[in-house]
Amino acid sequence: MSDGTAPVLEARGISKGFPGVLALDGVSFRLAAGEVHALVGENGAGKSTLIKVLTGVHQPDRGELRLHGGPVSFGTPLDAQRAGISTIYQEVNLVPQMSVAHNLLLGREPRGRLGVIDTGQLYTQARRVMSRYGIQTDVRRPLRSLGMGAQQMVALARAVSIDARVVIMDEPTSALEPREVDTLFGVIGDLRAGGISVVYVSHRLEELYRICDQVTVLRDGRVAHTGPLAGLERVKLIALMLGRDTADVRLRGQTEFAGRHTAKNGQPVVEARALSRRHQLHDVSIRVRPGEVVGLGGLLGAGRSETAKAIAGALPFDGGAVVVAGHALRKGSPAAAIRAGASLLPEDRKAEGIVPTMSVRDNIALAALPRLSRAGIVSEARVDRVVQTLMKRLRIKATSPHQKVSELSGGNQQKVLLARSLATGAKVLLLDEPTRGIDVGAKAEVQALIDELAAEGLGVLLISSDLEELVEGSDRVVVLRDGAVVGELSGDEVTEEAIMRAIADGGGVDG
Amino acid sequence: MAETAGTLPKPLGGRTRTLAWLQRYGVYASVLALLLFNVAFTPHFLEVANFRTQLIQVAPIVIVSLGMALVIGTEGIDLSVGSVMALSSAMVVLYLGYGAPVAIVAALVAGAAVGAGGGALVAYAGVQPIVATLALLVGIRGLANVLVPQLTEFRNPALITLGSRSVLGLPLVVIIAAVLTAVVAFLVKRTIFGRQLVAVGGNRAAAKLSGLPVRRILVAVYVLSGLLAAVAGVLATARLQASDPTSLGLLMELSAITAVVVGGTPLTGGRVRVLGTVMGALLIQLLQATLIKHNLPQSWTQMVQAVIILAAVYAARGRKK
Ligand SMILES: Nc1ncnc2c1ncn2[C@@H]1O[C@H](COP(=O)(O)OP(=O)(O)OP(=O)(O)O)[C@@H](O)[C@H]1O
Ligand SMILES: [Mg+2]
Repeated sequence: MSDGTAPVLEARGISKGFPGVLALDGVSFRLAAGEVHALVGENGAGKSTLIKVLTGVHQPDRGELRLHGGPVSFGTPLDAQRAGISTIYQEVNLVPQMSVAHNLLLGREPRGRLGVIDTGQLYTQARRVMSRYGIQTDVRRPLRSLGMGAQQMVALARAVSIDARVVIMDEPTSALEPREVDTLFGVIGDLRAGGISVVYVSHRLEELYRICDQVTVLRDGRVAHTGPLAGLERVKLIALMLGRDTADVRLRGQTEFAGRHTAKNGQPVVEARALSRRHQLHDVSIRVRPGEVVGLGGLLGAGRSETAKAIAGALPFDGGAVVVAGHALRKGSPAAAIRAGASLLPEDRKAEGIVPTMSVRDNIALAALPRLSRAGIVSEARVDRVVQTLMKRLRIKATSPHQKVSELSGGNQQKVLLARSLATGAKVLLLDEPTRGIDVGAKAEVQALIDELAAEGLGVLLISSDLEELVEGSDRVVVLRDGAVVGELSGDEVTEEAIMRAIADGGGVDG
Repeated sequence: MAETAGTLPKPLGGRTRTLAWLQRYGVYASVLALLLFNVAFTPHFLEVANFRTQLIQVAPIVIVSLGMALVIGTEGIDLSVGSVMALSSAMVVLYLGYGAPVAIVAALVAGAAVGAGGGALVAYAGVQPIVATLALLVGIRGLANVLVPQLTEFRNPALITLGSRSVLGLPLVVIIAAVLTAVVAFLVKRTIFGRQLVAVGGNRAAAKLSGLPVRRILVAVYVLSGLLAAVAGVLATARLQASDPTSLGLLMELSAITAVVVGGTPLTGGRVRVLGTVMGALLIQLLQATLIKHNLPQSWTQMVQAVIILAAVYAARGRKK
């Protein structure tokens, strides 16, 4: 916060290139003691790359790092960790098969005699840490059995409980609920009070204003602005990120949704009838008509993702039926759902979406291959056409369609998955957190795209933890709680307060 | 604290890029280097007869490795290929009484059936590929021995022709291997099946969500591997003019896995390098020939082979994120 004192961590003139792109171009960055420093920029601006340089994942091509005033270089992430820099990377980087407790205390397990891990002690310690962060869960369960949000909280608790002078968080809230975000901000407040510095990357601007002191804006690998956040207008910040005029930005609203859509009457394009699944779904019925955007509201674990997955054939159910465009679907067959015209954008893009060994092009075409081939032979020309159109329409930033998808920035990977859904020629899109991890510009584009698709007559089922997005994007909102529908709002009833109320009271209404 | 490294991303850098290059092109460079070495130091190496022998010997390895590459592409492995060669050889002598075509078809059907069994275990019963095919490795070799208990010679002119005939100066066996290579390359590069099998190996959950028939793909891949192993078995039998289920195809699975891995297909799946695999097979063959020509014992070949496998796996490992 205070000028004059030596920064805790400093980067001077860092450049870092990958084949075909200069991800960082002479970036300088100063982090003072006890400050919360926001790092923002569009998808692919270089935020994650800068973090990876700061933490020894990447070696800079040029420039130097300084820690507590002296030059340092980190050969590996472990070096950085030992030097007191603790990091939560954008993609959750824990061991899914291991228990929550093991993940939390990995490498720092309490040892008993003979150096054997003292399991009882391990669980007790883990429980203590978890309850501090308000997470109620059995710490013996494997990590992968938790939802994305809870996994993120484990990563967070782990990073913070390591003794560190600097904590770096790359989009920590993208999978979190408002309540968990509050917990996180409480933790950050404690860190700051303890003189620990935080680097905070997020595309959710309102969060930055709540928690950050300083801001550095990256654009195309260069620093576009750095300074205190207070006093910097929100439109100005967006303009800096996008490299546009403030006036131009001011013209556009908060979200890019245009308002209500005109749902065509008649047959719903997708209908879920009384879906039930032990412990997860109870008589969930939802219908989406062509041209309509139906939001699914609820907290983590309310059964939103499960509902979408059940409709998409990716989760078997015990009772009920799914009807897409008049055809009753075979249970548990994603292929049948896609053929009938329902396509799911999964929540967990790393585990269930991206095929990391394949190119951007092959990832986009993956689900649409049957449409893009004749007699089992892929028509490359048709694939190229579809891929080109979608890459342009979604403005996917890649050096070429043949670039490996794992080399794209997080937000662009998300867009690739959206493109995959669109390539199937779906009649109904089941979008589970479609704007998670994408920048303001791209978010607006995706939201505009959802509008556009609805206007073209597609049905959309929208899941979003971002209430504002849910409210502005949906014509109707179905609220779930504990796997059951507890309320439905439409037209002018759709407000953030109404959704919150339905979530809170819902249990009483339907029991 | 060393354990924490597991949760941190691996550093990327110039070294990684070198390893990536090595994984992809190292095998071509090695084959070239060995060729040059032989041209310079091995007498008579450039003679046509020598080339023919090398190619004839490598053909079965190439054919088996093609199937292995497909299986490994799906993050699987097929240890049963050597035993399938033995079984197909046994089928050939058992059915030779009905004529060569019938015998060959019987052998191929047997190979495909074994593959279907293995594939079903993997895809539907959820057995790990290494376990499922290990069981087949043992069981099928036993079955082949029961069917044809001792070395059995035959004199079927059609079959013998298959093993020794040349067309336009090229041995038929080599032509068959080349054609099969082209077919598999086409399968991988141009067909839905090829694209899908790579996706299954790269991220099975994503493949499933994208509507790919994951189980059918897995079964098909093991069927192809069994089928190709059977082809190799028939050709080897035809050349030997005898069936010897006790020793035919022994340790073939190791050669094939080596060829595939050295050729740049990662054991973790998600990618298939067909040409690299052929080069991998050539490398093993050339290495053996070189050491033999320079009067070094067979055990040397095995040790050098081990070093190459380690190098290939190291290059692949350093590259994985
Ligand atoms: N390992 C890599 N190989 C090749 N290119 C890469 C690699 N990592 C990042 N890039 C490229 O570097 C640029 C910056 O990416 P980076 O991940 O830093 O963006 P970001 O600002 O974190 O974006 P997002 O908000 O989408 O997470 C992008 O163009 C990306 O494609
Ligand atoms: Mg990023």
